[in-house]
Amino acid sequence: MHEDCSINVRVNGVTFQQTVPVRQTLVDFLRDSLGLTGTHVACEHGVCGACHVRMNGETIRSCTLLAVQADGSEIETVEGLSCNPLGAALQEAFIKCGGFQCGFCTPGMLFTAMDIVESGARDRMAIREGLSGNACRCTGYQPIVDAIQSVAESR
Amino acid sequence: MMSTNNAFGGSAPSLSAARLALGEGAYLDDQQIPGQLHIAFVRSYLAHARIISIDYSEASKLDGVTAIFDGESLRDVCKPMHVEFAAFPDYKNIAQPVLAIDEVSWQGMPVVAIVAISKAIAEDAAELVAIEYEELEAIADPVAALELDAPVCISEASDNVAFDRIFGCEEIDEIFDKAAAVVCHNFTFDRQAGVPLEPRGIIAHYKPKSGFMDIVQSHQAPNQTREVIADLLSINPLKVSVRLSDVGGAFGVKLHAYPDEIATCAASLLLGRPIKFVADRMESFISDVQAREAEVTARLAVDGDGYILAFDVDVVSGLGAYSTYPRGSLSEGIQAVQLIGAPYKVPAARGRLRVAYQNKPPSGMYRGVGQPIAIAVTEQLMDMAAKALAIDPAEMRRRNFLPNLAQKQTTAFGLHVSGLSSTQCLEKLLETMDYRALREDQVEARKNGIYRGIGLSSFVELTAVGPGFYGAQKVSVASQEGCSLRLEPMGLISCETSVTDQGQGTLTGIAQIVAGTIGVPLNQVSVRSAGSDGVTYGGGAWASRGLAIGGEAALEASRTLRGNILEIAGALLQADPDNLDLVDGCIVQSGVERLSLKELSEIAMFRQHLLPDGMKPQLSVIHHHVMRDAPYLAANGIHGCHVEIDSETGTLKILGYWVVEDCGTVVNPLLVDGQIRGGVVQGVGAALYEHCVYDSAGQLTNASLADYAIPMAGEMPDIEIAHVETPAVETALGAKGAGEAGTIGAIGVMWTAVNDALAALGARACRQPFTPDRILEAILTAEAERRN
Repeated sequence: MHEDCSINVRVNGVTFQQTVPVRQTLVDFLRDSLGLTGTHVACEHGVCGACHVRMNGETIRSCTLLAVQADGSEIETVEGLSCNPLGAALQEAFIKCGGFQCGFCTPGMLFTAMDIVESGARDRMAIREGLSGNACRCTGYQPIVDAIQSVAESR
Repeated sequence: MMSTNNAFGGSAPSLSAARLALGEGAYLDDQQIPGQLHIAFVRSYLAHARIISIDYSEASKLDGVTAIFDGESLRDVCKPMHVEFAAFPDYKNIAQPVLAIDEVSWQGMPVVAIVAISKAIAEDAAELVAIEYEELEAIADPVAALELDAPVCISEASDNVAFDRIFGCEEIDEIFDKAAAVVCHNFTFDRQAGVPLEPRGIIAHYKPKSGFMDIVQSHQAPNQTREVIADLLSINPLKVSVRLSDVGGAFGVKLHAYPDEIATCAASLLLGRPIKFVADRMESFISDVQAREAEVTARLAVDGDGYILAFDVDVVSGLGAYSTYPRGSLSEGIQAVQLIGAPYKVPAARGRLRVAYQNKPPSGMYRGVGQPIAIAVTEQLMDMAAKALAIDPAEMRRRNFLPNLAQKQTTAFGLHVSGLSSTQCLEKLLETMDYRALREDQVEARKNGIYRGIGLSSFVELTAVGPGFYGAQKVSVASQEGCSLRLEPMGLISCETSVTDQGQGTLTGIAQIVAGTIGVPLNQVSVRSAGSDGVTYGGGAWASRGLAIGGEAALEASRTLRGNILEIAGALLQADPDNLDLVDGCIVQSGVERLSLKELSEIAMFRQHLLPDGMKPQLSVIHHHVMRDAPYLAANGIHGCHVEIDSETGTLKILGYWVVEDCGTVVNPLLVDGQIRGGVVQGVGAALYEHCVYDSAGQLTNASLADYAIPMAGEMPDIEIAHVETPAVETALGAKGAGEAGTIGAIGVMWTAVNDALAALGARACRQPFTPDRILEAILTAEAERRN
């Protein structure tokens, strides 16, 4: 009833070949099998965005994807973000602007932030719209908008 | 002489920021104990039922299942949770077993615990457990629960009354009969959830040979957990060790002792293995403490000039099936009454509080704890009285404020407050938001069929609460906080604080106080939060006390350590310590740098033979602070909000939001404003979107983030914040709490803004959250009334 399957993934530039249960989600695979606990699980039903990672360059919700669906993919998690110039700039801006408090939503938020900057949005309303799929319970969002806007404007 | 270091008062980013931004946080589920097992719970899907039988024979056959427990099997090792309040013997509580025995009284109550080698297998096994229930009548509504013929929510109870009290003066009707104007309003506050993004979790590891229990927990109060676990599991407290993980938000939700977490510890005790529990999101919705369910009827009597004569309120608070442990579930109802009218001169007030048991999850502390309700009721009535007398609502506040006096004054319900600045905050708010212009705009907009509202919400809140309440109840909750400092080699300072930080940034504020007071650069101070094994003993995080109380302990400890350092410096430099200063990590004499703290520490720690005979450096100091000069520190502020309502769709847009906050001395503006903004958005969410929708059978119908709508970035405004600083006189630091102010003011400002907008349509909103359908209902009801 519960099958296993072998997958190949490249995560933050490192290749892994692992046998995973077919029903294991991508986020559980990253956290439990690879020990990359920077990506967080907050809802497990694809609403809050805490589980965002990039798969083949696109930001996805890893809680509603199975690990087997990531076979053959290139994954970027928050642990690899400081190697990405935009990611690193956003991390610094988030720190400076108070863009997080408890930090639980932050890894997922950073990927969305990259999407927003890359889209060319600079106006606060557009940034807020872009953030609408990421829940934060601590900051009230304003300093996150400040951080993203500061990076967007510097480009 | 005091250091001139400017760490104090600066907007230093949080010290843990880099670690968290880089994905190096260690939240509860990130942590692994070798050999750990996982636990999952079978929870009651009915709100009220008798348990006829439990059959887990199929579940125990599943490969990977280690053990299965129910209420009976834990009975001998784990006492039930029984809340007892010494000062309120009439607060009747039935003991709740950590796993249900014979009867379930709330949907979500844990019944069976499954321990397995993985969470997935534990959950698979949970599906194989067969429980036969006999459904009993559930009573969900708190007002209905108080009726004489209401079904009892727990069979062994005689009724559903948890608490029934009248506060203030009983005889008040005459004042209302004679008043120039009386305004009344009914308020329904729906049940709400705190929704910290990181769910609750605990790892319990009992080591049977040594009898030690090690616990890692996502929580606010590690000492409380230690005392609870030691007591309920009958373990020597010195053999119980609790440390906190990084905590992904708490807001009061993680202040309680939960049956599933205690059951996890009990299971570890029985198995002698480490066991991890992490709630999932749906589980959190049905088992985390909920809050704010209340029905309030209130009236305000004023004289012809708009001066308050009396408040009269009736609060029914929905407690849930059991009180939360160990703090009980009365604080919300009590504060919902006691903070009524708090910013104002109120000659007379009466408040009746009835707290009702009901077949819903236990209610408990959630940001503001009843104060948001009190302020919303107060401010809504003030607005209505203003309109009744054609007085501008801001002027109505101004006329009635308690003055800014240093000496103690008494609020409507007898709370002693001093050092308020309500008038100053109001004036600053009106200027910042350009109130005059907004009122003019409102009139113009109405001519064009656009309905805008301006809300004002002035509040006084109790922060840094001392030992008075829980002490009188003989409930072991610590209200003190401690700070231990140690001079390290290399001239560094390490600090342990009993304050815990779930994102507030208090640890950073404490580092700033230490650095600024001793006289070292901020990056030479390292702060950690003690678990139960620390040398300090404190409450952790509750009632906005981190900097107000924990910071005061840090200030005192810093002054002592600085004095000890200068004494050593004086001995080494053959100078009077009073003529020495410590600035940026260097001993300075008459403006000349003489000796670095690094050199001093080397000598004081490894080469004491160079010191005068008999001198024994004391380089570790510890100090605790507890509120003695006052029962709490009253803070105050005011919120202003500008909204627009679409009368066709009932949707609401926030056009502007302003806060003026007085929390005394501000140690770190970035972190304080972060708390205010976060609190505001949680309050706005509570007012506009959030409610736990229960049906009449006590079934939660919206237990997911898709259905329970927390505010997202697109709907929230930029919030402009200004400060007034009236330092508390009871402490040297002068800081008051700031963590809850955003929520305490925000709920009231949304009530007044919405009703101000609806007034033009002759409509009134009475039920929070003000979802579009409810706003439309209010508008349509008013239209129908006009037609009749």
